[in-house]
Amino acid sequence: MAKDIKGFILLAVFLLTSTYFSYAAPDGKALFQANCAACHNPIKDATGPALKGADSRVPSKEWLYKWVKNSAAVIASGDKYANEIYNKYNKTAMTGFANLKDDEIDAIIKYANDYAPPTAAAPAGGAAGAPAPSDNTLLYTILTIVLLISILILTQVNKVLSRAANVKAGLPSPRDVPFFRNKVVIAVIATMIIVSFGVWLTNASEFGRQKNYMPKQPIYYSHKVHAGINQINCLYCHAGAEKSRHAMIPSTNVCMNCHKQINEYTGAATHPLTTLEGKSIDGTAEIKKLYEYAGWDPAKKDYIRNAKGEIKATPVEWVKIHNLPDHVYFNHSLHVVSGKVACQRCHGNIEQMDEVFQFADLSMGWCINCHRNTNVQFADNNYYSIFQKYHDEIKSGKRQDVKVSDIGGLECQRCHY
Amino acid sequence: MEDWNVNAAITNFYHKRKIQRQLTTTNMSKKQYWRGLEELNPTSQYTETVANEFKEDLPFGDVESIAEASTSRRDFLKYLGFSTVAATIAASCEMPVRHAIPYAIKPENVTPGVPLLYASTYIDGGEAVPVLVRTREGRPIKIEGNTDSKLTEGATTARIQASVLNLYDAARLKFPMIDKKESTWEAVDKMVSDALNGMGGAPLYIVTSTINSASTASAVAQFAAKYPNTKHVMYDAISYSGLLDANLACFGKRAIPAYQFDQAKVIVSIGADFLGTWISPEIYTRQYGKTRKISAKNPTMSKHYQLEGMMSLTGSSADERYTCKPSQYGAVAVALFNALNGGSISGVPASMTEALKKIAADLNANKGSALVVCGSNDVNVQTVVNAINNAIGAIGTTVNFGVTNNSKQGSDAEMNAFTAALSAGQVGGVMFFDCNPVYDHVNGKAIADKLASLKLSVSFSERMDETTDKCKIAAPTNHWLESWGDAEPFSGYTSMMQPTISPLFKTRPFAESLLTWSGNMTNQYDFVKAFWISKLGSQEAFDAAIQKGLVEPETMTVSGASFSGNVADATAKIAAIKSSAEGSPELVIYDKVGIGRGASWSNNPWLQEMPDPITKCTWDNYILMSPNRAKKAGAEHTDLNEVDREKKVFTLKANGATVKLPVLVLPGMHDDVIAVAVGYGRAKSVGMAAANTGVNVYPMVGKDAAGNSSYTVSTVEIASTGETYPLAITQTHHSYESKRPIIHEFTLDSFKKNPNELFEERKAELEHYTSPNGIVAHGGEAHGEAHGDAHKAEAHGDAHAAPTKADEDWQEAYRQNGTLYPTYDSLGMKWGMSIDLNSCVGCGSCTIACQAENNVSVVGKNQVLKAHDMHWIRIDRYFAGDPTKPDSIQTLFQPMICQHCDNAPCENVCPVNATNHSSEGMNQMAYNRCIGTRYCANNCPYKVRRFNWRDWNEADCFDGNAYSDGRRDDMNNDITRMVLNPDVTVRSRGVMEKCSFCIQRTQSAKATAKKQGRTMKDGEARTACQQACPTDAIVFGNVNDRESAIFKLRYEEQKERVFHVLEEIHTLPNVNYLSKIRNAEHLQSAHAEEGHAEAKKA
Repeated sequence: MAKDIKGFILLAVFLLTSTYFSYAAPDGKALFQANCAACHNPIKDATGPALKGADSRVPSKEWLYKWVKNSAAVIASGDKYANEIYNKYNKTAMTGFANLKDDEIDAIIKYANDYAPPTAAAPAGGAAGAPAPSDNTLLYTILTIVLLISILILTQVNKVLSRAANVKAGLPSPRDVPFFRNKVVIAVIATMIIVSFGVWLTNASEFGRQKNYMPKQPIYYSHKVHAGINQINCLYCHAGAEKSRHAMIPSTNVCMNCHKQINEYTGAATHPLTTLEGKSIDGTAEIKKLYEYAGWDPAKKDYIRNAKGEIKATPVEWVKIHNLPDHVYFNHSLHVVSGKVACQRCHGNIEQMDEVFQFADLSMGWCINCHRNTNVQFADNNYYSIFQKYHDEIKSGKRQDVKVSDIGGLECQRCHY
Repeated sequence: MEDWNVNAAITNFYHKRKIQRQLTTTNMSKKQYWRGLEELNPTSQYTETVANEFKEDLPFGDVESIAEASTSRRDFLKYLGFSTVAATIAASCEMPVRHAIPYAIKPENVTPGVPLLYASTYIDGGEAVPVLVRTREGRPIKIEGNTDSKLTEGATTARIQASVLNLYDAARLKFPMIDKKESTWEAVDKMVSDALNGMGGAPLYIVTSTINSASTASAVAQFAAKYPNTKHVMYDAISYSGLLDANLACFGKRAIPAYQFDQAKVIVSIGADFLGTWISPEIYTRQYGKTRKISAKNPTMSKHYQLEGMMSLTGSSADERYTCKPSQYGAVAVALFNALNGGSISGVPASMTEALKKIAADLNANKGSALVVCGSNDVNVQTVVNAINNAIGAIGTTVNFGVTNNSKQGSDAEMNAFTAALSAGQVGGVMFFDCNPVYDHVNGKAIADKLASLKLSVSFSERMDETTDKCKIAAPTNHWLESWGDAEPFSGYTSMMQPTISPLFKTRPFAESLLTWSGNMTNQYDFVKAFWISKLGSQEAFDAAIQKGLVEPETMTVSGASFSGNVADATAKIAAIKSSAEGSPELVIYDKVGIGRGASWSNNPWLQEMPDPITKCTWDNYILMSPNRAKKAGAEHTDLNEVDREKKVFTLKANGATVKLPVLVLPGMHDDVIAVAVGYGRAKSVGMAAANTGVNVYPMVGKDAAGNSSYTVSTVEIASTGETYPLAITQTHHSYESKRPIIHEFTLDSFKKNPNELFEERKAELEHYTSPNGIVAHGGEAHGEAHGDAHKAEAHGDAHAAPTKADEDWQEAYRQNGTLYPTYDSLGMKWGMSIDLNSCVGCGSCTIACQAENNVSVVGKNQVLKAHDMHWIRIDRYFAGDPTKPDSIQTLFQPMICQHCDNAPCENVCPVNATNHSSEGMNQMAYNRCIGTRYCANNCPYKVRRFNWRDWNEADCFDGNAYSDGRRDDMNNDITRMVLNPDVTVRSRGVMEKCSFCIQRTQSAKATAKKQGRTMKDGEARTACQQACPTDAIVFGNVNDRESAIFKLRYEEQKERVFHVLEEIHTLPNVNYLSKIRNAEHLQSAHAEEGHAEAKKA
């Protein structure tokens, strides 16, 4: 029998659709991280109580299920234990998880009970001690220069010798043409100039593109730690990706949903944070920076407010990495919701990036290529029922799929207006 | 298919074209419409001007000068090389670092990129209209009508559409001021309360425009309770005092009834411009539009008679229009009243006698469903009109006293009493709210002189206008988009107001200031909330009212009132009204559809640049004159009165004031009437757009015997000055010609007799391509052969083998056979638009709605003069009739936008493929691809493409390239730019633009449906013009959807009236028009002789 489960606020849990955990056997860890981690720690009291041993603290297993699915109802029913918990944790209600199945709740509790804090791993000796990959450019340059010089010397030697031989044999020597008058040389140089100009022109279309752009951000925010190691769903923070043209950079109060509790970076042992230049980063100090922006006083565990009671928060001025020109209309929600395109397709393995860089060149050609090659969710989305001709063609076997380009995805005014 | 050869196809094609030409020239209707006087009697200069696509010559002149130019080819290449290198260097500069700044704490309902709509209330003086405000990231960008309102049903006017720009007006006061110096509210409060306490019993006047907000009225009452010497005076800049006073005398209620134009089968207006400016035009236009919907199945419509002096917007929509001097309105009303009772008609122009008999008969035949309105501000005239309405059973049916219109409540008598007291030194202090008497009142100058001597003078104005300038304290109020409040434009119908943006400046609402000064320190929100909770009962009810924006009864109470007017006395007084001497002019002072009474509209560049519906002139006011009078007065410059921008300047003397104004010649004006608009000639501090624009003629407003303002002046002098002044008239810009009619018009009788006339005409016209007896049209198989196009043969065979409706057959056949090019199917969507010429009244709200939605630039007067205006919707005005006979003039409006041709001439000529066709039937324009050759504009038969000759909006990548002209420059500051719609690209210099069918709206509607996994519903995507149209003349939708309104309209309900402009040139427009049906005996356009005969008869 259990004792203790408490609920807390999860300001924006819109992402938890059942599709994310439709596994055969519920995966406790994944479920925990997707649903609970924002407010609960397995072994520490956070926004809500530690989940380890929760099943033994609460009155009954059925009580637990009811609580998780709709804590407000349990509190409203006047349940003594529920109200105690509710009051103990500042009357913040726990979001109801009506879509969690009983066995899934069991799996989460099992995960919490079995949870052991990560022990400090052995120092990652390999990474630090490994020699930098050798760079052969210098060697090749020297070699090229030496060879060029020897070619020049040998040519001159050959010339002198043959002239001497001619003199000896009494034959006339051909007139010496200086190299800049040499038609072959001129032809070669001209060709080189034209070719390099062509190459330069081709590359010129890259002007204004920022592939691999990886600026320094005001806070060292690691997507790897959040989305990779802790497996926080992208849409938790970038909630606009499903609703708007903008994916939305979260406001500081969204960060604070978790970081009210998580005030130190404990993963330094397993995943030390370093910048591209190799400078090591103190994760806890970066969280402190967030508190500055969010107007959070970690000592008092409360927001700093002005006379009117407004939180003294300032927005973080992130450096924008993905820049589309003003005349391009791009809509995240259309791609994510109706196109069912994964974030990684355009943003790369974001969950592996400590510091984010621009993965794709975001050129028009890149967009167009994808529109040419990507299938529309044709059969599943009733919107496309108006394309009778394609439906007929699919039925008759004349057509296998419908690409974005088939429904006008290459037309100018799909993106430019 | 094997024996196909290209020559055969081309020969066939040209053969067809030849036949087509013959058809075109022989089968032509003989109708004659003209947009301007020159088009009717073209001169060589006119012909030359309109033949040129662009008004001015290209900068390098003719070819010879190029040959002799000092810039050699080598220099040219040098410059070319230099600029290439410069551009390369510029382009290869480092990318700027951009920042993405999220909210610190995101408001709950805001999702960046997703618009939010809030219900609120537009107010202007007493006019209050329920609206929805579209906001993006916390800034209002577009106003829509609130369709839930039972009063307006979502109707808007150009001014409502433009009101969002006033919010971002850079000329607004940014802080309170004392003696023109920046101050604080604390200092103002202290100074005011000191002054109030030291008033010593002297009366304090609060002078306002009409206030119909219950909460504001209660604040005034609270203030008056604290300071018992307070007197509240309401007056309207354009006064309706005469009507109100007459109603008080006749019905015992000093109120304007709710007119029910939709219930009227016969509408008679004596000088009332109820579609343009009279009382509540948005509601009247909406109601009127309902009576103008007509189809072959139901061929009925209202009959509208207009009797007026000048040419008004309403007059131009009238079925029959008769002119008289405005001083004769009373006599006309009396004559009509007598005629109703079978009496004899006297005292009116002979031309009107027959007409009045006819009108009287019509009114008598439609008792209970007829309505007479009059624009006069004379109590006696309105008394007679009330008697007429009483006689025809209108009271209690079309004139509803059960609900009264509270938009105008001002009293000229009270205002006169105030100015008298002021002159006599009997005023302690005065506060002005939402009014500007120094500018717009007859006694303005007297008021201005006395204000300085008062102990307290406060102006609650949003800008340093003429009155505020003379007041000690300027207490700027919030714009309505920043305010909490309410309005009750009709009794029982309340519209709630909520802010959609935090106040931009240090402003304070009027009611809050009054409350503060009466010792009640609540803020506006708490005050409004408490006021309404006490009325509605609970917080929930208040929240619901705010959310819906409306508190309205389920059904409208309709009731009459018993008439007790003294007609005999009124008739006697009317008989004493003096007209001008025969042949000498009378002056009509009117307010324009765009600028209205002036107020903040004068500084609204959208409205300043909106072509006036009738004159098509922008940025100025002017003296309107009939062609005959102009000729007589020597005002007509040449025959080129509209092509030549320079107009003769005349001096005008009336009521002791003299002004100098240019003359604009307008057919349809009574020969003895001249007209000038108010709202111009503002002080410099009003704003850049208002300053130096036009002349103020408010000082010319007279007073009648009862003390009411009189907007007609019988004794005026005009004289030529010999000077000229350019007027920016747009009518002859973007003109296009066709031997075939561009508009189709029928009388109601002929439409009833043969509704299919137009349909048959079209069918016959295109028969060559569509009938099996044609020369090359042999049916589907043969087209494929003739044109050798496999695609077409296939398409024809598959998709079009069996169109479901016979009527589509010939249209489809024309589509297929009229061209060498292949035709393409629109598989999913195919957007189409229909514009009903019968319910379009030409009000221009679509033009401004489009401008607001699509970031259309304002170019300023100088550029309009060069035909560089940018409006995507141009409303063409056509006249028919004899310009020398004002009664014969019939007017039509035709909104002209990009026709989104399926076989578009513009697309073929673009060298960079910047304009091309979408699979949804839209003619697309990719701005970033356009290199500005302007070939497309040249090749567009409809002349709807607009070129960015300058950088109007600082949208260029080069800094400091923006065009400035001193008037429109306010458009480019950081505040005004907040009005831009972030979903539409701001175009830079050198690119072409045009109507996009509001692609951002169709795309957004499609995206919503797609994300929800459902098909799109009809009406989900609405264009800005469609939404703004008060008469629902515009229908837009997916033609592929056989259940859609547009499909049904085109192929079922209105197929008899459908036509495409220039259909014969096979552009295959996706915009169609519905023919105009005039409820008149004759069309002036039908035959020139007939027109003359008609005019003679009349």
